[in-house]
Amino acid sequence: MPLENTILICAGGGCISAGEISVKEALENEIKKYALDGVVKVVETGCMDACSLGPLMVIYPEGVFYQKLKPSDAKEIVEEHLLKGRVVQRLLYKGPSGEIKPRATEEIPFFTRQVRIATRNLGVIDPASIEEYIARDGYFALRKALSMTPEMVIEEIKKSGLRGRGGAGFPTGLKWELTRKSKSDEKYLICNADEGDPGAFMDRSMMEGDPHSLLEGMAIGGYAIGAHQGYIYVRAEYPLAIERLKIAIKQAREYGLLGKDIFGSGFDFDVDLRIGAGAFVCGEETALIQSVEGKRGQPVQKPPYPAQSGLWKKPTVINNVETLVDVPYIINKGWEAFASIGTEKSKGTKVFALVGKVNNTGLVEVPMGTTLRELIFDIGGGIPGGKRFKAVQTGGPSGGCIPEEYLDTPIDYESLTSLGTIMGSGGMIVMDEDTCMVDVARFFLQFTADESCGKCTPCREGTRKMLSILDKIVEGNGTMEDIERLETLAVTIKDTALCGLGQTAPNPVLSTLRYFRDEYEAHVKEKRCPAKSCKALIAYRIDPAKCTGCTACARACPTGAITGEVRKVHTIDQEKCIKCGSCFEVCRFDAVEKLDAVEVTADT
Amino acid sequence: MKIKSLEDLEKIKEEGLKNLSGRQGKKRGRITVAMGTCGISAGAKDTLMTIIDELDKNGIDDIAVVQSGCMGLCEVEPTVEVQIGDQEPVIYGNVGIEEAKRIVKEHVIGGRILGDLLVKKSAQ
Ligand SMILES: Cc1cc2nc3c(=O)[nH]c(=O)nc-3n(C[C@H](O)[C@H](O)[C@H](O)COP(=O)(O)O)c2cc1C
Ligand code: SF4
Ligand code: SF4
Ligand code: FES
Repeated sequence: MPLENTILICAGGGCISAGEISVKEALENEIKKYALDGVVKVVETGCMDACSLGPLMVIYPEGVFYQKLKPSDAKEIVEEHLLKGRVVQRLLYKGPSGEIKPRATEEIPFFTRQVRIATRNLGVIDPASIEEYIARDGYFALRKALSMTPEMVIEEIKKSGLRGRGGAGFPTGLKWELTRKSKSDEKYLICNADEGDPGAFMDRSMMEGDPHSLLEGMAIGGYAIGAHQGYIYVRAEYPLAIERLKIAIKQAREYGLLGKDIFGSGFDFDVDLRIGAGAFVCGEETALIQSVEGKRGQPVQKPPYPAQSGLWKKPTVINNVETLVDVPYIINKGWEAFASIGTEKSKGTKVFALVGKVNNTGLVEVPMGTTLRELIFDIGGGIPGGKRFKAVQTGGPSGGCIPEEYLDTPIDYESLTSLGTIMGSGGMIVMDEDTCMVDVARFFLQFTADESCGKCTPCREGTRKMLSILDKIVEGNGTMEDIERLETLAVTIKDTALCGLGQTAPNPVLSTLRYFRDEYEAHVKEKRCPAKSCKALIAYRIDPAKCTGCTACARACPTGAITGEVRKVHTIDQEKCIKCGSCFEVCRFDAVEKLDAVEVTADT
Repeated sequence: MKIKSLEDLEKIKEEGLKNLSGRQGKKRGRITVAMGTCGISAGAKDTLMTIIDELDKNGIDDIAVVQSGCMGLCEVEPTVEVQIGDQEPVIYGNVGIEEAKRIVKEHVIGGRILGDLLVKKSAQ
């Protein structure tokens, strides 16, 4: 009997943690119950890029998109949709204004505005099936590359304008060429899948959802530079990616797409995994090499660059996951296809992990040159809860924030750098009016100070020092001299740290100082947090005119700071209050006010 | 089995495609329903749902149904643009539930343009 329906159920990390597995089990049980297992196929895919709506599934041939599923929904889906052909309205996606959008990929701007190159197979194929990958022209690029000379392959990549997607944006073709030209009996290619930025999950999703694209990109890169062994350096925190990569490597070997004499060309190439412990610094290329060699992951001085002396002192190319995943596309479609997308100096697309205060969180792939506004408002659906946009952080702990007035900036390497941030690997954290920018800087600095490997003094001591000043400011004890010291320290660390971690660690501070200096000064001079977020600088008070005496706040308060009789005005004891905000959340009469602490102490 | 040639690869691709065919987005045409404020208040939501239902009922899965903003024809909302294959798209106006059903039946299935509902040919 031919298949009547295929159900793609997202088994990306987001959906799994939202309960995908139990939904899938319930669905399979229902399918069996109606003996539909011969005609309905359930396939788990990689992240479908709409994690905030998970667990989710798409039922083909109609392409109906169901979201926020629970195991209890399975029965209705099977009985209504599969058996009777009726769409289950209640499970469809509803747009911000409540309109129903049944067919995911054609109707929801989140999907329609994207251009999918690196994520071309995500949510489309079964990551555990090499045949499905091949059906989408997988491994055709490798075949094509092997019929070209390595120099021709490098030329193709150079002309495409592809630049590294892991952070610095170094031209990939040039990197390959330098390594090709280094004389050596052995060379290596390493895929950097460390992905250490908090909030980033682009690389993980690509490995989980389309592992063969990475393997194919690596084999092409290996051929171009003259390497016969590749390694994927992936963190142990990515068990699903590791499992899917292992399956993919095994399948590719069975078909002879990895191993000896690939496509009868005489070219040998194999890939192995190297599992990292998940230290941020191990994403830095020299530290990564140390770690792959089995040593402690600490950076070493450059030069020599890995292209001359890398893994086991042999010429080595290190490329990010997305960079390598773009490669088969370029070889298949030709450099023009890639170079026709993007801006003058940044070609192709970039995948971002859109997170934070934005309606549609998830992975998005857009052409370079898309503006931040399009990304955050058109695709991301804007800021939830009617709040005002404040800033967006790109480049994670090595990057900086961009305020509202630059929202129309087209995203490319150069424009982001000129705004004092970096493209980075694609983390994009949206912040609204309730976010304190000093606290944001503090958060990232806390991260880098913790992740500093300790090898060089400016980074080890400097980040600690900066952190303690920031702590002082958010506590309300900062002085204007502290702000100056912060700036001096930032500049010094940038200039003197050994590796990229330390050199970029001050960026979040420098960029918030550049755009939100007034917020720093408000903390210092007025002892006020303009976003009303820093606990030491706010206070809660109950407005006697609005309080109905419903007692909700008193019951919610964990410290017993609120007193008052039923139907009488309640009051907060400022001594006991720990500023948890529970009363503010529960009051249905808006009687609890969040105020600047200075205001409250002044009048009590 | 080892893949040694383009032919080997093509063979596996064909096999794999059978698996994928049910979910590839190859579309024969597309119907766009204008869902600006004006369209919605004129009942475009019902129009949209009717079109989707009718397509489903007739087992048509190769026509994409998309929404757009206001097409600037507010006085004849709901408006629907139909494009099949590489034919010129046509725009229908005042498309209620009955009209939507006719569009699917006569234009999408039957291949005949409904002269009485036509607003204008687009791209003029
Ligand atoms: C502290 C630090 C962390 C880094 N983490 C990553 C990472 O997680 N993934 C990555 O691809 N590159 C990371 N990089 C950049 C790499 O050093 C390197 O430039 C990159 O992997 C090169 O690949 P590409 O040219 O394809 O971008 C990091 C750099 C620094 C300084
Ligand atoms: S919940 Fe609000 S209205 Fe009720 S007692 Fe507390 S402050 Fe007053
Ligand atoms: S903020 Fe928390 S601790 Fe303070 S009064 Fe309200 S509920 Fe109690
Ligand atoms: S994990 Fe399911 S959409 Fe991202």
